[in-house]
Amino acid sequence: MELIADKKDRITWHLACHQSDVPEEGGACALIEGKQIAIFHFTRRGEWYATDNECPHRQQMALSRGMIGSQQGEPKVACPFHKKTFSLKDGSCLSGEEYKINTYPILVKDGLVYIGI
Amino acid sequence: MSVNTNKRIVVVGNGMVGYKFCEKLIAKAKSDQKFELTVFGEEPRAAYDRVHLSEYIAGKTADELQMAPLSWYAENDIRLYLSDPVVDIDRQRKEVRSHHGLIVPYDYLVLATGSGAFVPAIAGVEKEGVFVYRTIEDLDLIQSHARKARRGAVLGGGLLGLEAAKALLDLGLEEAHVVEFAPRLMPRQIDEAGSGILQRQLESLGLNIHLSKSTQQILGGDTIEGMQFADGTVLDVDMLVISAGIRPRDEVAKAAGLETHPRGGIVVDNFMQTSDPAIFAIGECALAHQMIYGLIAPGYEMADVVAARLTGEEKEFKPYDMSTKLKLIGVDVASFGDPFVEEPACRTITYENKAKGIYKRINVTPDGKELLGGVLVGDAEQYNMLLQTCKNKTVLPPDPEDLILGSRGGEEAGAGVMSLPDDALICSCEALTKGMICHEITENNHTTIDSLKKATKACTGCGGCAPLVKDLIQGTMKQQGLYIRNIICEHFDYTRQELLDMVKMNGYRTFSEVVEGLGKDDGCETCKPLVASILASLWNENVLEKGRATIQDSNDRYLANIQKGGTYSVVPRIPGGEITPDKLIVIGEVAKKYGLYTKITGGQRIDLFGAHVSDLPKIWEELIAAGFESGHAYGKALRTVKSCVGSTWCRFGVQDSVSFAIEVEERYKGLRAPHKLKSAVSGCIRECAEAQSKDFGIIATEKGWNLYVCGNGGSKPQHAQLLATDVDKETCIRYIDRFLMFYIKTADPLTRTATWLNKMEGGMSYLKAVVVDDVLGIGEELEQEMQTLVNNFKCEWKEVVDNPELRKRFNHFVNAPEEKDPTVQFDDMRDQKRAKEWA
Repeated sequence: MELIADKKDRITWHLACHQSDVPEEGGACALIEGKQIAIFHFTRRGEWYATDNECPHRQQMALSRGMIGSQQGEPKVACPFHKKTFSLKDGSCLSGEEYKINTYPILVKDGLVYIGI
Repeated sequence: MSVNTNKRIVVVGNGMVGYKFCEKLIAKAKSDQKFELTVFGEEPRAAYDRVHLSEYIAGKTADELQMAPLSWYAENDIRLYLSDPVVDIDRQRKEVRSHHGLIVPYDYLVLATGSGAFVPAIAGVEKEGVFVYRTIEDLDLIQSHARKARRGAVLGGGLLGLEAAKALLDLGLEEAHVVEFAPRLMPRQIDEAGSGILQRQLESLGLNIHLSKSTQQILGGDTIEGMQFADGTVLDVDMLVISAGIRPRDEVAKAAGLETHPRGGIVVDNFMQTSDPAIFAIGECALAHQMIYGLIAPGYEMADVVAARLTGEEKEFKPYDMSTKLKLIGVDVASFGDPFVEEPACRTITYENKAKGIYKRINVTPDGKELLGGVLVGDAEQYNMLLQTCKNKTVLPPDPEDLILGSRGGEEAGAGVMSLPDDALICSCEALTKGMICHEITENNHTTIDSLKKATKACTGCGGCAPLVKDLIQGTMKQQGLYIRNIICEHFDYTRQELLDMVKMNGYRTFSEVVEGLGKDDGCETCKPLVASILASLWNENVLEKGRATIQDSNDRYLANIQKGGTYSVVPRIPGGEITPDKLIVIGEVAKKYGLYTKITGGQRIDLFGAHVSDLPKIWEELIAAGFESGHAYGKALRTVKSCVGSTWCRFGVQDSVSFAIEVEERYKGLRAPHKLKSAVSGCIRECAEAQSKDFGIIATEKGWNLYVCGNGGSKPQHAQLLATDVDKETCIRYIDRFLMFYIKTADPLTRTATWLNKMEGGMSYLKAVVVDDVLGIGEELEQEMQTLVNNFKCEWKEVVDNPELRKRFNHFVNAPEEKDPTVQFDDMRDQKRAKEWA
């Protein structure tokens, strides 16, 4: 598992957790610099993603507890509250509304997960 | 009309109709037609849904109400000037001048200036605390004043007035009044008897209704303190919303010398053309066929007529049907055709049920052959059918009362939507006929509501046509001999029933196995919990093991119910509702220790709210130590078996209902199904446990037990039906085993037993044949499958508490397990806490 992010140069990497702290095919929330970041391990695709933990619909800190999946191949997460779904790639809302979440670069090295902010 | 290229069109007004005109013109423009569209709006924001304005108070944002985002105007090259009304039309030079001094020339001018609130000349209307109800700005003012107000009134008991009254209720005023001049509510739509029923319903919701009240004066100093009426009475209020009618905004048209009506409105012909052929008027500012059409559907139709003209089509605005159906403060109200026609010009049939708050009236021709019109209050489910029957002059059944009462015995009244002619109007907002919709279904293969919505815009306006459109899809497909398969989602091309059979055959135990063997891609929030439910129903292994935690719905994943703010609620199982004092004390102590809000549930249990995710295992540990188990309140699973106290104490009881309820609950606890399951046992015919409202309910008789199945509470209550009579306990359990397994194996996803039965061909007699008579010869197999599930039961909470690996997942922060989510906040209420309201 190597770098997925493209903006390598201008970001600081923060150690978030061990790889095993994040459940396979699921998410967990890490506290980084006072920010709640949702980390997802999309095991069957061999991919890692990081986004805001807050769902913009009702400002609930819950996306890390959401279910991940794909829509026409696009990886996504569904908020457990009202099932708004967001692309894990660019944070856009896939259930047809104007919401957007932030996504963050993520790096997994030697069993450790780093988030770039 | 000749069609040139590059026509300059100026639209005055950016309300719903003005917006719709732009949308329709762009849609209709042919490839060689180019329009330069300029739109002036008086309000600071782009067109929004004024029809649902009260939802703004109820929590919708201005953005959510918007018809289209600003980017839409830019994408379509529309120049949009907001906060800049047109103040002058120079018809000679064909140009308009805006408030900010902008001068824009036009080839065609479309006036869509709408209407303002009609404010009657009552002394004191200028006082502070008196508002009108038209725009989001009005609502902002109302909202900010309401913070310091206790008693509010609405002047006007018509459609708009009652909408405004809903806003007052939503604002949480202590008292909300509606004052109407006429002797009844909604005088234009419903008759006196209908108004009476509506009034009772609204009063039960907390509104005070005052009829036949003529307001003489607004009392108070600078700020309103009360209203004085002509009959000498006074009503103390500290705010008033005037919603007594509308006044067409025709002042610019009038100043420009266009013909207007003395009582307001820009006079137009059947093509919406004003007295100046280059100027059109549409919506509530236009007077067509001698009237102002104050509804959205005719406004859209007018927009369509002008858009058609400008793109070279011929279309005429015909006198528009003012039939309407709406939900006022949760009460259905509808009127159609001629609601008020009286005998001898017709025969009137009415049905009134004061207890249920329902009133229905239909007017039929004296020969009983055609429907002329009618009124529905409290239950308007038949509105669409009645409207179509009325408009299409469909010949009525021999007993026309069947139309509102439903057929009592014999065949269904009418033959449903498929019997309507092709030109029957299904969606009045978008003017879609049955023929047009069926064409989209058969020719263009739009066989789902969603794709039909995209293709035709049906169901996107008021949404009232959705049930008819659904029936049309079903009916049309059936006519073509197509079998409608309920496919799960893009990842599984199977129905739930097919998938269950195949998972069983292959012995799959994990989602990976299922998706690799039978599906494609990665799964999603629809198929994952469905597979999770199937796996649990087949094998009853712990839902959180073998990678199954992340395919569970969030509640199942944390074995608790997520609530506002992200905390969870916990419900320990209390079989049959029987609990010892010691156990009650434990619940109290746990709730105190972890700061939980406690409430008795409808299923004779106790719900503990406000638990942080990291506290859940600790809470369960203490509950388990005291002998509790999970109540599965979070699962699509058996919830409770409610019971009355039965023959051990009750002087009427004929059997020990509590013992049987406990036995039933212990047997089926943790059983996962397509949807939640509820049950109850009553000790005698008085039925205090309400068993007939449950998925399966048992009622004691002198000789044994009666078993009822497929009842439902909730939004569509349905009584359970009798499956077996006077059976002993063992037989009763065997029938329940078979019934539940048959349901689990054949129901569509998220379908309760009542809906499952309603869709079942052959209905109750078929179900009885399968469960009681075992015509399929699967009785024994079903019983064995159930026994396997019963034998596999383990308490999920206990397994988490005892398993450090599972327990580790119950933290908010993976890198700070001791820390709780700092965004979780509570408010105080009646000596306990409550979740903070959504932001």
